[in-house]
Amino acid sequence: MKKRWYDYLWIASALYLILGFFNILFAWLGLLCFFLPLIISITTGSKAYCNRYCGRGQLFALLGGRFGLSRQHDIPRWMKSKWFRCGFLLFFLVMFGQMLVNTALVFSGARDLGQAVTLLWTFKLPWHWAYHGGVSPWIAQFAFGFYSVMLTSTVLGLVTMALFKPRSWCVYCPMGTMTQLICRAEYRPERKKTAC
Amino acid sequence: MGNGKRLARVDREHCVACGCCVKVCPKGAIGVVRGVFARVEEALCVGCGKCAKACPASVIEVEVAKQ
Repeated sequence: MKKRWYDYLWIASALYLILGFFNILFAWLGLLCFFLPLIISITTGSKAYCNRYCGRGQLFALLGGRFGLSRQHDIPRWMKSKWFRCGFLLFFLVMFGQMLVNTALVFSGARDLGQAVTLLWTFKLPWHWAYHGGVSPWIAQFAFGFYSVMLTSTVLGLVTMALFKPRSWCVYCPMGTMTQLICRAEYRPERKKTAC
Repeated sequence: MGNGKRLARVDREHCVACGCCVKVCPKGAIGVVRGVFARVEEALCVGCGKCAKACPASVIEVEVAKQ
């Protein structure tokens, strides 16, 4: 199978995580992974983002497949249930909202900028070296918050990649669930062809 | 296994439409329909099972088609 340009987007995903280690403001670029899937699914009614352009999925496929870092086991049944997928999406959105509130508090001056990355919504990792000033505190706060979201989901994805199939993350990825819900809402089954 | 043709079958109810199966299919016999589920083109499918192995949700199985 001939490789296309978009088969190399895993490089962008890896680069994103690396750049955030040096300058947290690069985290803003992650908004692309948030808006593009939504725009594509709303306008075209397809999951072309997941199917072709998701660099993170490619990264997991590469690490778990070619690099052999996956056990290649079946994912537990409950992890592919509607309840878990929608529940995780909801949890993710609540955490995302909390991050936005935090950004708003820094914007209004009610809270000081916290130069830390929060892993798995719990563990605060020092990350001050990646902030060099020069922007409004809320811009930096959003970057720290967004990078936390991206790093957390990458870590979760790596864990399930190792335990189950390489792209297990795709089963419960909140963006994947959201775009599939949008596509399902837009879906009209093709008319059955008359039997000949 | 009998003499029937081997075919990949997708559990559409649990398919997450990620497209991993599409990427590995050597025959271009599987596609994601409108971002909702994967569908196998039975005439093209050779039942190799690559899609079943790649599927992160393990919702594809290779079965012997009824004749």
